[in-house]
Amino acid sequence: MAEKFLMKGNEALGEAAIRSGCKHFFGYPITPQTELSAYMAKQMPKINGTFLQAESEIAAANMVLGAASAGVRAMTSSSSPGISLKSEAVSYIAGSDLPCLIVNVMRGGPGLGGIQPSQADYWQATKALGHGDYQLLVYAPASVQEMVDLVGKAFDTADKYRMPAMILADGMLGQMMEPVAFPDKIEPEDLPKKEWATTGTKGEREHNIVNSLYLKPEILEKMVVERFKRYETVKQNEVMVEEYLTEDADIITVAYGASARVTRSAVNMAREKGIKVGMIRPITLWPFPEKTISATADKVNKMLVVEMSMGQMVEDVKLAVNGKCDVEFYGRTGGIIPKPREVFEQIELLAK
Amino acid sequence: MNFKRISVITGHYGSGKTNTAVNLALKMASEGKKVTIVDLDIVNPYFRTADFKELFEGNNINAVLPQFANTNLDIPCLPGTINTVFDQKDSFVIIDVGGDDAGAIALGRFAKQIVNDDYDFFYVVNSYRYLTATPEEALASLRDIEAAARIKATGIINNSNLGNQTDIEIIKSSLEFAENFSDISGLPIKLTCVNKKYIDKISVNAGEILPVDIFVKTVWE
Repeated sequence: MAEKFLMKGNEALGEAAIRSGCKHFFGYPITPQTELSAYMAKQMPKINGTFLQAESEIAAANMVLGAASAGVRAMTSSSSPGISLKSEAVSYIAGSDLPCLIVNVMRGGPGLGGIQPSQADYWQATKALGHGDYQLLVYAPASVQEMVDLVGKAFDTADKYRMPAMILADGMLGQMMEPVAFPDKIEPEDLPKKEWATTGTKGEREHNIVNSLYLKPEILEKMVVERFKRYETVKQNEVMVEEYLTEDADIITVAYGASARVTRSAVNMAREKGIKVGMIRPITLWPFPEKTISATADKVNKMLVVEMSMGQMVEDVKLAVNGKCDVEFYGRTGGIIPKPREVFEQIELLAK
Repeated sequence: MNFKRISVITGHYGSGKTNTAVNLALKMASEGKKVTIVDLDIVNPYFRTADFKELFEGNNINAVLPQFANTNLDIPCLPGTINTVFDQKDSFVIIDVGGDDAGAIALGRFAKQIVNDDYDFFYVVNSYRYLTATPEEALASLRDIEAAARIKATGIINNSNLGNQTDIEIIKSSLEFAENFSDISGLPIKLTCVNKKYIDKISVNAGEILPVDIFVKTVWE
């Protein structure tokens, strides 16, 4: 058995990033994400890395752009209002075809909102984190161990497709403690070389240019279309999804992150009552597991989407289902986590 | 169990201070003692003593909580009533301090009142926490806390656990760590926290066993 530690989600994200070869963290504190910044502040100096608390969120995200241009694994993290502030830089990072990691430990919104857990930034993460035509890779862990595993996955996939990746967690996952095992540490020197990085020509090659400004519309259109071809490959190859007790189910719940933890308990309660219910848990929110959901919609009558929001992912579920079965929604918002019993009662209603 | 009038509970964040403090308060109350629990944690937004208000009321435990905890005011200030716990000498007091040196800063202002009283200053340690996984690291964390609190520790509470994967072997294999930590810090092990379901399966060489329930948990557990 690998050695296990009891970790808070936030600090597990930090340690996982360090072990993935990330030595450059730029941040700004905000509840309920702050332990991640604090962890990096403590650990980065020990590994000769960079921890920098910037003067603002957008400055931190632009520092990630600079570091990523030089080819290193770089990251920033924040919680909902801070992610909004970073969004301009994230659009520039995507427009410059740069890989990096952005962590959002979501709290209630809109505006300053609250400091309790939420999932109301689904639309922001998957549709519109900044202006322009682009996508982020969005990973939604549901346990502290999965936070660790997905940080490595996010860095690798971001590098592979030259695009930014996001870990979309929530305050509960960030603050709660669970046992974790870590992978071995990767040294930055052992990662695949990035030939496009702006590391200096040494007089031996053409200049590498990292840029998101294209004044000629023909060229800009070509750049965007090429990027979207890459996104198609991502959609083919990078979807991650868990199916739980779906095999014989008449009713399917769909939930991610902390909501999936609650929903799993509710599914277990319903199974004890003899209700044939299962759960689809998207692990990547973009690319979204459309095929799994569409194929399941052929076999069941009802789906129940559970979120800590007023209903955001439910729209993607409906698009994937495309009218083949009923799609219901249950959510709590503003920092309230639904209790397993509440979700169980919704399942019971559908089973009648 | 013998307790000093004031028990200060400090430790690395995530070491289990709040769960320990709540169990300690319940234990003292069950022995017929008059108990006051003070939530001095003004750094942690989740999983805090103030969450157990009703449990305290139901068990006749007086709770002194940050007045704006769990309200719409994000103001990390302590209530004036904290001072009463140093005057009302007929009550046992448990002070649940915030994690690390950052959390212990709030304690510093009461240092004089505490050291002039009958007190224990406990350092809660969990050998499965990543940043205090060696006795040397745990000692460094303790020294930071002592400096911020301006009080020297008097004892160790071994609360080693792996959350929901804790079993009797997990606890047993932490005993050596706790003894090593006791050696290098020169502090006695006062308590070892053991989930009530394993209480018959373990014995300790130093200090006593505190049987605990798990109060601090997520809504789906």
